[in-house]
Amino acid sequence: MVILNKEQMVIIREVDVIPFRNRIKEYAVKIGMSLVNQTKIITAASELARNMLKYAKGGKVSIEILNRGRENGIRLIFKDEGPGIGDINMAMKDGFSTGRSLGLGLPGTKRLVSEFEIQSELGKGTTVIVTKWKNG
Amino acid sequence: MERIPILRMGNLLLVTIQVDLYDRLAETLEADLVQMINKSGAQGVLIDISAVSIIDSFMGRIIGNIAMMSKILDAETVVVGMQPAVAITLVELGLPLKGVHSALNVERGMVLLQKKISVKETGDVEEDGYSE
Repeated sequence: MVILNKEQMVIIREVDVIPFRNRIKEYAVKIGMSLVNQTKIITAASELARNMLKYAKGGKVSIEILNRGRENGIRLIFKDEGPGIGDINMAMKDGFSTGRSLGLGLPGTKRLVSEFEIQSELGKGTTVIVTKWKNG
Repeated sequence: MERIPILRMGNLLLVTIQVDLYDRLAETLEADLVQMINKSGAQGVLIDISAVSIIDSFMGRIIGNIAMMSKILDAETVVVGMQPAVAITLVELGLPLKGVHSALNVERGMVLLQKKISVKETGDVEEDGYSE
C-alpha cells in the first residue's frame, strides 16, 4: 500500500468542519469515487469530527490518499488528546451515548466506511482511523 | 450570525437550505422555525433539502426534532428533494428519519401538505395515516 498524498487539518471549532468536508470531497472526486461513496465518507468524517469537538475540544485529522494495486482510497486519521473512551465495546454499540445524542456516531460511522479502527487510552486521547476505498 | 431564511406563503412556511449545514446553523433553524410557527399560526412546513449533500446524525436529529415540534404546535412538516446518496447514507448510518413526511420535490411536497391540512380541518379521513 502506498500513500500518494498526505495533508493535515486542525479542527477546533464547529465551522472548521466545513472546509474539512470540502477537502475530502475534493480528494474523493479526484480519485473518481462514486457519489454514494463520497457521501458516505464525508458523513462519516462529519460524525467523527463532531465527536472530537464534543468530547475532546477538537484535534487533528490527517487526510491520506492511498493506493493498493488498482484501487485508490481515502484514509482519515482523527487524533485527539481528550479524556479517552472508557469502554470502547460499549461506545461501538448502537444507541449507547454518554452525551446527549442518539449514540449512532461510532457504530453508524463504522457502517459507512470500508475499514474502521479505534484506539483510546483514558486521560491520553483517542485515535480513530477510517478508510474508504473507491469501490469499497 | 448566519441564518437560514424562512419564507411564509399563506398558511405554509418554506425553508430552502442552500448552504452547508453545520451544527449551530441547524440548531438556529430549529429554534427560528418553531418560533415562526407559533407566531404565524402556520399549519404546514416545507423543508427543501435538494441542495444539501451531507446529513449526518446530528442534522438528521434536528430534522426529526423540527417535525416533532411542529406536530405539537399543530403544523405538519414535509421534507422534500433529498438526494439519493443522502438517503442511502442516512439509512446505513441508522437514522431513517421516522415520523418525518417526505416528498420527491417541492411540487409534490406542497400537494402532500395541503392534503394533510385539509384532512385535518374537515376531519373526514382518520388521522394517523402513517406509522411511527
